[in-house]
Amino acid sequence: MLAALVDGLRRVVELDRELWHIVFLSLQVSLSAVLLATLLGLPLGALLAVARFPGRRTVIVVLNALMGLPPVVVGLLVYLLLSRAGPLGELGLLFSPGAMVIAQTILILPIIAALARQALADAWREYEEQLRSLGAHGMNAALTLLWDTRFSLVTAVLAGLGRASAEVGAVMIVGGNIDGVTRVMTTAIALETSKGDLPLALGLGVVLIAIVLALNAAAQLVRDAALRRFG
Amino acid sequence: MILPLRLESVVYAAGGRAIIDGITLEIGAGPSTVILGANGAGKSVLMRLMHGLLAPTSGRISWRAPGAQAMVFQRPIMLRRSAFANVVYAVRLAKRQEPEKLAMDSLKEVGLEHLAHRPARVLSGGEQQRLALARAWALHPEVLFLDEPTASLDPAATREIETIIKAFDASGTKIVMATHNLGQARRLGDEVIYLHRGRVAERAPAEKFFAQPATAEAAAFIKGELPWT
Repeated sequence: MLAALVDGLRRVVELDRELWHIVFLSLQVSLSAVLLATLLGLPLGALLAVARFPGRRTVIVVLNALMGLPPVVVGLLVYLLLSRAGPLGELGLLFSPGAMVIAQTILILPIIAALARQALADAWREYEEQLRSLGAHGMNAALTLLWDTRFSLVTAVLAGLGRASAEVGAVMIVGGNIDGVTRVMTTAIALETSKGDLPLALGLGVVLIAIVLALNAAAQLVRDAALRRFG
Repeated sequence: MILPLRLESVVYAAGGRAIIDGITLEIGAGPSTVILGANGAGKSVLMRLMHGLLAPTSGRISWRAPGAQAMVFQRPIMLRRSAFANVVYAVRLAKRQEPEKLAMDSLKEVGLEHLAHRPARVLSGGEQQRLALARAWALHPEVLFLDEPTASLDPAATREIETIIKAFDASGTKIVMATHNLGQARRLGDEVIYLHRGRVAERAPAEKFFAQPATAEAAAFIKGELPWT
């Protein structure tokens, strides 16, 4: 075990080309999915926090439940959509990084939207009277609220990133774990483990954990500094 | 001219209890009006009904014409941006010309120009309340509602706030202020509306109200007794 770990770390340090390609693709897919899910999820969360419409509570319950979507099920659904016989089959996206981005976006959109809604609803309780008194309504109020709670929303986005970078099921099904094309860290770890190449699997595992830690630490530092500055 | 403001048989109920229990009232331009009453008399709810933040359960609230009005709350809510940007934000919403110049003038008016570029949320309680008044000043409201504006401030900050309120009054803005502080009511009020259990128990010029209250509840309140015990 220790020997395998040392060997794996040696390959990481030696910048094994195959390995770094996998790391790079992982980041590319997960960060793209986080970007898309943030662009869609934050306005959705703000709308649910500020607007009052019939069926709003049901939408919130469903959204919260969707936070626990099993990645393999999302993978299967996206697979069916993108497969040659499926409704979006003509796009030819199946087994490409694009398909993986779509699957991960669907997976983490509810997480980002639901956590953002919670943070924004709390802030809205504080801001509502003041903003209405000043004449900010609807979209205007929602945008003000989003901008003013931006530091708390970092947590929601990080939760989405954590989920995206850690999941195997969805990217395995829609990406196919094709060497050099759609192989990412998590699918590579699963494959190398089953093949018995434990050093590479462990090395990748260490890199994955280090990246997630570094991103979270950076976001936390930015958030704390901003809160100290702006109160 | 936005005033007079008319309330006709206004009732506001929440949780099966009438917090405002049938108020008919006309508030005209001119001398400042202080709404006095014990905690729970319905002062804050009445202010919010008049300002339009709450809709009455029944009855009618109407202005003579649409116009600028502003409200300052007991605890001001500041946006996470500079003091200056907070005032600019309000001016932009009101679609007035030259928001930057208006904002700076308003900050000078309340003596906060030296803190203009400080984040608003790290200012002290008194400074934040002055900033809230600057935000209102920039809107040139015809009516300014103040809901216990100094209830959580120390005496020095309270004096500063009262000075600014007097400046509003002198500039021609109609002051409508809720308070439970008798000293403040005497210092700032030209007329007093005394609320008791969601109804107007008494309305009189301030001097007369404090010298010879017409109702037993008001007399007890002035003497510092608790009229509901």
